[in-house]
This record gives sequence, structure tokens and C-alpha cells, in this order.
Amino acid sequence: MRAAVLVFPGSNCDRDLAVAFQRAGFDTHMVWHKDTELPERLDVVGVPGGFSYGDYLRCGAIAAQSPIMRAVAGFAARGGHVLGICNGFQVLCETRLLPGVLMRNAGLKFTCKMQALTVETTDSPFTSAYKPGQEIVIPVAHHDGNYQIDADGLARLQGEDRIAFAYEGNPNGSVAHIAGVLSENRRVLGLMPHPERVVDEAHGGTDGAPLFASLAEALVSA
Amino acid sequence: MKATVTVMLKPGVLDPQGEAVKSALGSMGFDGVEGVRQGKVIELDLAPGTTEAQVTEMCEKLLANTVIESYRVEIA
Repeated sequence: MRAAVLVFPGSNCDRDLAVAFQRAGFDTHMVWHKDTELPERLDVVGVPGGFSYGDYLRCGAIAAQSPIMRAVAGFAARGGHVLGICNGFQVLCETRLLPGVLMRNAGLKFTCKMQALTVETTDSPFTSAYKPGQEIVIPVAHHDGNYQIDADGLARLQGEDRIAFAYEGNPNGSVAHIAGVLSENRRVLGLMPHPERVVDEAHGGTDGAPLFASLAEALVSA
Repeated sequence: MKATVTVMLKPGVLDPQGEAVKSALGSMGFDGVEGVRQGKVIELDLAPGTTEAQVTEMCEKLLANTVIESYRVEIA
């Protein structure tokens, strides 16, 4: 199994994400934002957290226009799996690979803490190793994680079972407490919490590990 | 040739920063402020021959996120 992790100027969770993929059995390649092609025979692209392009203009907006994101959009259109975490989620929304937007936290403060989440669906290649409704604890660290979508879009996400994770409580003002959403084909996931930061006992938790294990399982059996 | 692009959140989209500014103005004693919306102004220096249609395309593709933002272009 082969994973690519994108690296933008300002990415800072790229190496953690690569380690999380490797621990789940992936052969991992780092891919620079100016590259125009992804590695061959790729199974999944990880879009990491950080502050791509200094969060200038809007978080993720400039990264969304980078050469490599055109390749990622093509990869997703061909049915490839894409995982965007934190700034990566913002990039996927700006690329329109996922619906909705991430706005400034309602409390206006950067929030950085361990956060309880509920697994809202196990019907995806990213969540199948969790139990339905399972409570997990994953760290959040963001200033712009306030997920917003119009009423029709929200009804569609709910009707199609595309909300992957929801916050218990609401750290940032997100509509319907949404922490992560899936694409229509369920192969693109964006989430604000950082599963790659809880994949080892030494991290203080391992609730992120099943996400990578789910993906490995889905790709092996595919 | 210069273009000035004003990007604002669409009506109905909650603007937490505007609300914070409104609250700060109120606490300073400015009682008459009934609403504050915060946006961005982007000035573009354009080569001769650049068209307004091209500036509109820049807005649609990058300068505004049209899911939540509206934009206005003034060319001078």
C-alpha cells in the first residue's frame, strides 16, 4: 500500500501523518506542493495540518490552487482515497473536494486540547474499525475549525450519512457539531481533529490508530 | 490600471469578528452601533489590457470563497 503526504510551505503535521501511515503498513512518500504529479500506483493522499502559505487570504485557499492539488483532484475523481486533517480539511473544502467551509472559531480563540468525539458513521474506509456511536478522544488545535454549510447541504450530509465525526460539546461553533465529513463516494475524508497525534501509547492515547487501520483494511481488501 | 476588490461575508453568514468589534465599540461607550461586518479590500495593479472579466475570474477562483463571501469589483 502506498500513501503520499503533501508538503506545503507552512505544513507542520506532515511528518506525524507520514509516521501514522507507516505504522499502519503504508509505504509513504512525501510530495512537494510544486510537483505536478503524484507517485504511481498510489492508494491514498494525506493532506496534513499546519499553516499552508501562512493562512494568507483564507486558510487553505492558496494551497488549493497549488500544482499538486490539481493532481489530487484528478486522483480523487478517479476514485482515489484522500485524507485531509485540520489545514488539510480546509484545503479540501477550498478545492471543493468536500462541501462547506471552515470559518473562524465562534469564540475567536485558537483552541488546543484533547476533544471527545462521537463516531457518527462506520460506513466508510476511514471509520470501519470503530464501533457505531463510539466515543473517542482526539486532540484539536485550530483557529478556523467552525464548519458551516447551508441548510440544504447539511440535510444532504445527514441524509447520505456523510458526517464521519461530531464533537461532544462544541469547541468552535460548527453547525451540527460537525468535526469531519465524507465525500459523496465516501473516499475523501476531511476532519479538524488530529488522529495522527494519537497513534501510540506514548502520545497519551491511541484513538486515532483505528482510522489508519480502517484505511489499510479497506485498501488491502479492495 | 487599478482594480479594487471588496470581499464581504454574505448576509446571514455569522461574522464572529464583526460581532467582537461591535461588542468592543459598545464597551467603549459607542452606543449607536447596531451591526458590524468585517471584510477585506484587495487592491490589484493591472497591466493595460487586463479585462474586468479576468478580474471577475480571479474573484471566483481565488479572492473570494463564493460559498460564504460576496465580492465587488471597482476598476479605476
